[in-house]
Amino acid sequence: MTPLLTDLVAQLATGAIRVVDLANTLSSDFPVIVLPSEFGQCEPFRMETVSRYDADGPAWYWNRITMNEHTGTHFDAPAHWITGRDVPHGTVDAVAPRDFIHPAVVIDISAEAAENADFVVTRAFLEDWEARHGAIPKRHWILLRSDWSRRVGTLAYLNLQDDGAHSPGPDADAMRFLVHARDCVGLGVETVGTDAGQASHFAEPLPAHSILHGNGRFGLQCLTNLDQLPTFGSVIVAAPLKIKGGSGSPLRVIALMQEA
Amino acid sequence: MTTPRHRLPPPAPRDPLARPQLHPVPPGARSRAMQAMAARATQGRFVLQACTVCDTATYPPRDACPRCWGTLAWHDQPTGGRVLANTVIRVSTDPYFRDRLPWHMGSIQLDAGPVVLAHLARGLEPGARVAMRLMLDRGGNAALFALPSDAAQVPHPEQGATSMSADPQGRTFVVPVAGATVLVSDARQPVGGALVGALAAAGARLVVAGLPGPAPVRDAHDPVLGLPGVQPLPLDVTDPVSVAETVSRIGGPLDIVINTARHVRAGGVSRDGNLLAQHRALEVSAMGLARLAQATAPILAGRPNGAFLDVLSVTALAGDAGHAGFAAAEAARLSLLQSFRHEMRSTGVRVLEVFTGPTDDADYQALPPPKVAPARLAAAVLDALAQGREQTCVGEVAREAMRRWLDDPALFVRETQP
Repeated sequence: MTPLLTDLVAQLATGAIRVVDLANTLSSDFPVIVLPSEFGQCEPFRMETVSRYDADGPAWYWNRITMNEHTGTHFDAPAHWITGRDVPHGTVDAVAPRDFIHPAVVIDISAEAAENADFVVTRAFLEDWEARHGAIPKRHWILLRSDWSRRVGTLAYLNLQDDGAHSPGPDADAMRFLVHARDCVGLGVETVGTDAGQASHFAEPLPAHSILHGNGRFGLQCLTNLDQLPTFGSVIVAAPLKIKGGSGSPLRVIALMQEA
Repeated sequence: MTTPRHRLPPPAPRDPLARPQLHPVPPGARSRAMQAMAARATQGRFVLQACTVCDTATYPPRDACPRCWGTLAWHDQPTGGRVLANTVIRVSTDPYFRDRLPWHMGSIQLDAGPVVLAHLARGLEPGARVAMRLMLDRGGNAALFALPSDAAQVPHPEQGATSMSADPQGRTFVVPVAGATVLVSDARQPVGGALVGALAAAGARLVVAGLPGPAPVRDAHDPVLGLPGVQPLPLDVTDPVSVAETVSRIGGPLDIVINTARHVRAGGVSRDGNLLAQHRALEVSAMGLARLAQATAPILAGRPNGAFLDVLSVTALAGDAGHAGFAAAEAARLSLLQSFRHEMRSTGVRVLEVFTGPTDDADYQALPPPKVAPARLAAAVLDALAQGREQTCVGEVAREAMRRWLDDPALFVRETQP
């Protein structure tokens, strides 16, 4: 082992580098995104036991699981969106392994989101944020900390009102800024989609999906524990399942961070 | 959203140290001709065999006319009669009747001709006019029951049925809703919603309203779900975890399960067939029924009047080119339901089915009338329970389909698949 990796493993062992679990538990009652009813829907997670030390398998326990590629904490590959259909290596099986590990910057919008479930992250908001915290470095995951994960288990997580879902997200200018001016790796959110709940009604609809994937960037949804990460300096490990031609994948997302 | 907002009336007191009471069923073995009578009783008909040669009506069911050896055929008969003699059975070696003594029986001169031995409602004396019912007992066998004719001749069947459930013997043939704990598997769709309201109005002790996801915020203040004695719980029959959790959270023993879950989507087999929608229809209709049955059957079997009622589409009989996947799912559901009924015979749990045609809701908005209003379907479900009727067809479409299917299944299949 090189000194670099030896050092990393040693710091993990001492706890100087902490591993934070950013994934929600994959369970049948974890909410999935709800599309207008004329479209196909996202299947929630389902688990049926094959055997549990019983007649169907006296010494072993295993389950059959079914779900959509976009169920639970999950990764969006470029091919998920029509804008990313011609992006090279745009499916989960073709994503380059070096993209599984990237640094992250955490942008805290929890106060704004608590005030307004439809809070929209604009370019002006991001520029103001940079004025206070410093520039968003290149080739980083942008993690939007909305504290939405604290709503998991309540009706307020999907927040499905009679006119649709209400949850925060970025607008198109903010996305162009993050992708083109800041060359982000992707966008990670605590909500059920990278786009705001009402983003299908934006002048440029569903800008996060459209702009991220059209430019070969990724999405991470249904993250949790973002409140434990520093603004700068964490590293995200997010390796989707190697599904042939897959558009996305449930996955365990972890962050490495140096203890202060 | 997950707790009843009002205090429930307590269930009947029970000694916590007493061993669970077994529920034996009435004696079972019957002739083939008697089984044929039971098959007609499932539809709530009052039938007797009549000779095709000499026209004589006969009872009990036989294989030939006792008068002229002519061939017998089943016919609907007038239900009137007069009590000739009555008796009270105070001792019996049969475990089922021993638990229910004293038991009133009598001989009845039927207006249709024969003299029959029948179960009597309380208070019927010789000379009294009666209205006969052909019922199914808890073991699924046909049984003749005599009600006072004034009670049965009221125009509304529910009121006539009230006297069945008000009578201590009559109760054993029906599924009383008053005081019962009832689970409605899908209360989110209009049919299930109407049913929750109707069950609460009929005096159910607790109605558990199953709410499949996704859950909108308005669930927290739905007027029907906020009724006293209604407990909304998340329930998705496609999810074994959800079914198990919901059943575990029902306060008090469960008496009746009403399965209204379904996933109606248009589409053919090779043309316009959405396999994901068809798969979901099967998951809800067929696998959902199996999950619900597995989770609740042991509880129902421990109850004195346990029942499982399934609401299903009459397209289960012969398919539906316009809703091929859904009809296939409903056919699978019907098949499972029939097997489940046989399984439950020895436990006394009644398994009832209510067939409907297209309902007047979003599922069938593309179809013209006639359609069944959710409130009408809910009333039919309550009537099926009150009458203890195994098979009910609601609305013109379902009734006509069943009539034609019973008459000539091969022709019916041709005519319904143009």
